[in-house]
Amino acid sequence: MQSKAHTFTANARAALADEPLQAALARFQGGFPVKRRAAIDRLPEFDALRDAGKAIKDAALANLDIYLEQFEAKVVAAGGHVHWCEDAAAARQTVIDLCREAGAKTITKAKSMIGEEIAINEALAAAGFTPIETDLGEYIIQLRDEAPSHIIVPAVHLSKEQVAESFRAHHRDLPAERPLSEPQAMLDEARAILRQAFLTADVGITGANMLIAETGSTVLVTNEGNADLTQTLPRMQIVIASIEKVVPTLEDAATVLRLLARSATGQELSVYTTFTTGPKRGDDLDGPAAFHVILLDNGRSRMLGGPFAEMLRCIRCGACLNHCPVYSAVGGHAYGWVYPGPMGSVLTPNLIGLAGTSDLPNASTLCGRCEEVCPMRIPLPRMLRQLRRDAFASGGGPKPMRAGLAAWAFVAGRPWLYRLATGLGVRILGLLGRRHGRFRRLPGASGWTAVRDLPAPAGRTFQALWTERNGARQ
Amino acid sequence: MSDTCRHRPLIQPGVQVILIRMHDEQLTVGLFVTCLVDLMRPSVGFAAVKLLENAGCRVVVPAQQTCCGQPAFNSGASAEAKAVARQVIDAFRDVDYVVAPSGSCAGMIKTHYPELFADEPAQAAAVAALAAKTYELTSFLVDVLRQKPAAGTYPVAATYHDSCSGLRELGVKAQPRYLLSKLEGLSLTEIPSAETCCGFGGLFCVKYTDISAKMVDAKVDDIAASGAKLVLGGDMGCLMNIAGRLQRRGLAVEVRHVAEVLAGSADDAPAIGESDGKP
Repeated sequence: MQSKAHTFTANARAALADEPLQAALARFQGGFPVKRRAAIDRLPEFDALRDAGKAIKDAALANLDIYLEQFEAKVVAAGGHVHWCEDAAAARQTVIDLCREAGAKTITKAKSMIGEEIAINEALAAAGFTPIETDLGEYIIQLRDEAPSHIIVPAVHLSKEQVAESFRAHHRDLPAERPLSEPQAMLDEARAILRQAFLTADVGITGANMLIAETGSTVLVTNEGNADLTQTLPRMQIVIASIEKVVPTLEDAATVLRLLARSATGQELSVYTTFTTGPKRGDDLDGPAAFHVILLDNGRSRMLGGPFAEMLRCIRCGACLNHCPVYSAVGGHAYGWVYPGPMGSVLTPNLIGLAGTSDLPNASTLCGRCEEVCPMRIPLPRMLRQLRRDAFASGGGPKPMRAGLAAWAFVAGRPWLYRLATGLGVRILGLLGRRHGRFRRLPGASGWTAVRDLPAPAGRTFQALWTERNGARQ
Repeated sequence: MSDTCRHRPLIQPGVQVILIRMHDEQLTVGLFVTCLVDLMRPSVGFAAVKLLENAGCRVVVPAQQTCCGQPAFNSGASAEAKAVARQVIDAFRDVDYVVAPSGSCAGMIKTHYPELFADEPAQAAAVAALAAKTYELTSFLVDVLRQKPAAGTYPVAATYHDSCSGLRELGVKAQPRYLLSKLEGLSLTEIPSAETCCGFGGLFCVKYTDISAKMVDAKVDDIAASGAKLVLGGDMGCLMNIAGRLQRRGLAVEVRHVAEVLAGSADDAPAIGESDGKP
């Protein structure tokens, strides 16, 4: 996916003017955050669980090579295959080669952010395959040729009217008189199409919420059950997962699962939680004959040991998006690449470079809500600041801002000059603004006054008044 | 004058100092004025001085201070931020406590100076000492001085905006509400978005004006729906942003720093962005 993060400001402006999007975002506000709060209130040990989850992921990351190799050995022992892919291109090629090997035509896909990261659908289509998304939200945006706008609810930016419109445009057998105004009717319509895809698919591609080193299992959570049909019905299953998804033990996976759904949707557990180990065994009733895991690095191993290593604890629950006031204002597409919101603003520059993405870490008030709700206690604001430092050090940022900061630092570093300059400035502004108490417009302050009045200064600085009064006291 | 300020901090930079000062001498509090209070609204600074003096402290205002350096720090300009921060470290070396009428500036000194100077081990002790003795005003009054709410009268329907840094970096939430609790006539209605960022965010509000406007509108909508006629808070940045948007939208809701109301000095200055009626 071509990044559009470099036009973040314009993307955001368009998003703010997009009425259906704004209506969808407003509806979304009252959902997950409220349910998460309720779920956590029902679990007094939630904070202790967060500490446990953090410790599990830290331990896994500290010995990532060992756990990944252990995972590989277990997958192989179960009859599966593991492919180590350094970057997106290698992962795409491996998937395409496997699909060719399987003689595939139709490929079902369960929701996978790694799939988005490596743009697997485009690559498969270009190679002559027909990939079909089976998660309802992903299916809808695939019809519309859009990217997900949220990491767990990819079509959250759409209204049900827009969805009905897309179904009518793409489902040729759908009679025009059939009503599609209710979500259930749309669900039935999508299900009828997807059933056919499940039954004809030759290869099923899924992501993984976790990989378990101890058992060689992959863990998938969904609320629709589509991932299970994607895994079990085709002849070949391909799991695409990034390397930081590994946890040491089954017990560890259980701990992380307790955090995941509560943080994401406010559920105790997702409706379906599936542990899969290897291909179909002799006495299994169903399951794929061939089982492959793609282990994707794509820049993650570079993050280990550095200031962004803690980002690799992320379990993709989406809580930071759901609670971010900036995400809530502009939605996910404005961020311009695969991962939106606070986690995306840290991850995107790390994965595709800071050049062209430096707006992402800057477009935050650093309000800290993301860190507050993160089940893995990832210090997102600290990392956003680090990215700002990196961008500033490499000459990034608008020129007027850099010049302004330099001038400010020069003056603020010289208290006598600061007093002189500010004393004069507030005198003038105080006089000009005295009548109304505020400015509706002020040259050089349009970033402020475009949308709000600017209070006028009182006219004298505190320091000046304090010196005067204290002088009088003595 | 109350004697609550006579509790000495347990750890002092020099035993002799403790021995000399142990007998009921006043605490010396250095007021970190903050640039916004200094330039825009001195009444908040004087209210803070009054509250601290009423609590028995001796207040000094080092003239060497300008800004805490946060605008540079949050822009990624570490060298510029450090230059300004060094002045703060020097200016407040000799006071017992540093108190700021701002969660944002206090948070900068307390939680971010150690990060800013992490690559300068020689500064570590001075930075840690400063961080340890720095407090946001209402937190200092309640958590350190154990002040009780003062009685008074302030009849108005109010609401409180929790600024992000104060709330999440310093745990300022109950303290201002506690101090306001004995003001007769003042009713405090909580808005659903009390803990949601108002969209100020320092330079964010001028760099990403449209997004900031959307955020402050959500806040202003909540305030309007609550029926409150006064918004209180502990940070001038947020308050100027909220007041400015309320006024731009023509909503008759006043905005003030909580220190002015607590000190009983609200009559000393018109509400933020309002005129004093004099020509």
